[in-house]
Amino acid sequence: MATSFFRESLISPRKPPVSRQGLRGWLHENLFSGPVNSLVTLLVGALAIYALVPVIEWALIKAQWVGDSRADCSGDGACWVYIETRLGSLIYGFYPEAQRWRVDIVFVLFVVLGIWLMVPAVPGKKVAALVGLLVFPVVAFFLLSGGFGLEHVPTRRWGGLMLTLVIASVGIVGSLPLGIVLALGRRSSMPLVRGVCVVFIEFWRGVPLITVLFMASVMFPLFVPEDFNIDKLLRALVGIMLFWSAYMAEVVRSGLQAIPSGQGEAGAALGLGYWQRMGLVVLPQALKLVIPGIVNTFIALFKDTTLVLIIGLFDFLALIKAGTSDSSWLGFAIEGFVFAALVYWIFCFGMSRYSQFIERRLYRGH
Amino acid sequence: MGSVQTTSSDIPMIELQRLNKWYGEFHVLRDIDLTVRKGERIVICGPSGSGKSTMIRCINHLEEHQAGDVIVNGITMTRDVKRVEQIRRHVGMVFQHFNLFPHLSVLDNCCLSPVWVKKTPRKKAVDTAMMYLERVKIADQAHKYPGQLSGGQQQRVAIARSLCMHPDVMLFDEPTSALDPEMIKEVLDVMIELAEEGMTMLCVTHEMGFARTVADRVIFMDEGQIIEENDPETFFNHPRSPRTRAFLGQILGH
Ligand SMILES: Nc1ncnc2c1ncn2[C@@H]1O[C@H](COP(=O)(O)OP(=O)(O)O)[C@@H](O)[C@H]1O
Ligand SMILES: [Mg+2]
Repeated sequence: MATSFFRESLISPRKPPVSRQGLRGWLHENLFSGPVNSLVTLLVGALAIYALVPVIEWALIKAQWVGDSRADCSGDGACWVYIETRLGSLIYGFYPEAQRWRVDIVFVLFVVLGIWLMVPAVPGKKVAALVGLLVFPVVAFFLLSGGFGLEHVPTRRWGGLMLTLVIASVGIVGSLPLGIVLALGRRSSMPLVRGVCVVFIEFWRGVPLITVLFMASVMFPLFVPEDFNIDKLLRALVGIMLFWSAYMAEVVRSGLQAIPSGQGEAGAALGLGYWQRMGLVVLPQALKLVIPGIVNTFIALFKDTTLVLIIGLFDFLALIKAGTSDSSWLGFAIEGFVFAALVYWIFCFGMSRYSQFIERRLYRGH
Repeated sequence: MGSVQTTSSDIPMIELQRLNKWYGEFHVLRDIDLTVRKGERIVICGPSGSGKSTMIRCINHLEEHQAGDVIVNGITMTRDVKRVEQIRRHVGMVFQHFNLFPHLSVLDNCCLSPVWVKKTPRKKAVDTAMMYLERVKIADQAHKYPGQLSGGQQQRVAIARSLCMHPDVMLFDEPTSALDPEMIKEVLDVMIELAEEGMTMLCVTHEMGFARTVADRVIFMDEGQIIEENDPETFFNHPRSPRTRAFLGQILGH
């Protein structure tokens, strides 16, 4: 049967049905929507309390926070006194105590620069980038290593969190641009450029980082003349940078591949040259797309700085580990490693949150 | 003759001379000879895959030809990057899928090339951009991002973006094919206005109404070659080739 229909008056918009609101509504919808859901919620909750309560008790409630020797630790909870007494060496390594103010200045500059670069509300990003890439590294180098009247502190005395941050920063700041260039090279129409980039990327991706570090510290000196002596830290830094740039290149390349060819063509049709097309049109979109992958690589890089331990550089974790064999503080390894985990976690979680913030900020509604 | 006043002169703007191109073994453009004079409006039509896009993309070297010559404004196209970029500055192009830069606002889309290629001061580039956005009736959206605009609006922005470089000739590759029917007119209106102002235009389109109104010549392509070329009146009323007749029969629906 054919129906005939004709609407005489239009339906005006109505509000959506109100679901239960507030905390109670949320609890009901997400945790207690049915008998099974409620049971699971209770079980998981009980498990969490069962596991968490002792940890909190150990780390916070029964923990010993103040004191200056192991005699102050009752032994029931965590002995944070242990960390406090070692804090100096954990941060500065074997850097001479009288010179540690230089490291402090670098830390402060680092933080100020970080805020300047990363907080969107602060103006002058271009200046900040130039300062960060050109001025800061030079200033930091002379402050840390000496010169211009400052006492020379050889890199073998660098250590602790300071060394970890030096390695991570240089690795991050070096591997991203290098990775971008490699990714562009791998997509180049010039066979020679493409070939060189493919070989480079596949070589560095194919060897374990430990091997790279060993090669940098043990093998390298064997192949070069004796008086041609490059600093061990510098060798490790270069190795880490090249290694991670290969990973970065592949992350960036996946972003480049996701940008429709029409974007580059539109740029070309407007008269933009290759580097302008890449720098102004393609890369801003591609990099935005792969922020999660880039930050993922940053985080992996940050954590893998701990591998320098095996070539005798004393980064943060190495000093934590060294502390466990201190005869006057035997038996506090757990505190050391928990603290180390916490510090690494704070840095990595910070990077992760910041990347999500930037992703949301760069969202352009498409 | 179309109903828009012809302003063409005898100065050749684009010359394609025995242009040939292959994709591998596939001979996609075959002995194309075409001269577009300054101020001329030319419409190109033909079945899908006949090489229309490939042909106009050879004009600004988005595609490379293997034989014959492409001469734009007296400059012969070579592979030399400097020369290619020099030619591209004088040739505007509008794509089927707009190809606006989604990470830049409408205004920045329009200013990008004047600022970076022509080194126009930003302030002047903004003024020019706003003028052209006004012309395509979209100035009020200047600070939005392309993703927030409708297809018709995006295509008008794309036209304005090209005009900001003050091109001597505009290439259109099916500018309305990706649009919903109700948006086609707003884009065609802008194109007709452009034609009235004497812009040299080369349009690949199947909008036959547009062809009748503005074209000085209509070109029919099939299998990589120019099959028929005539003024719109003769082209539509007395097509000579059976291929043209068949094609017109299909798209005009009679
Ligand atoms: N990059 C390419 N590689 C190989 N064949 C192509 C390529 N681009 C286009 N073609 C082929 O060339 C022919 C002409 O394409 P095109 O110029 O886009 O046609 P039109 O624009 O007239 O629809 C088509 O058969 C198409 O499949
Ligand atoms: Mg086409």
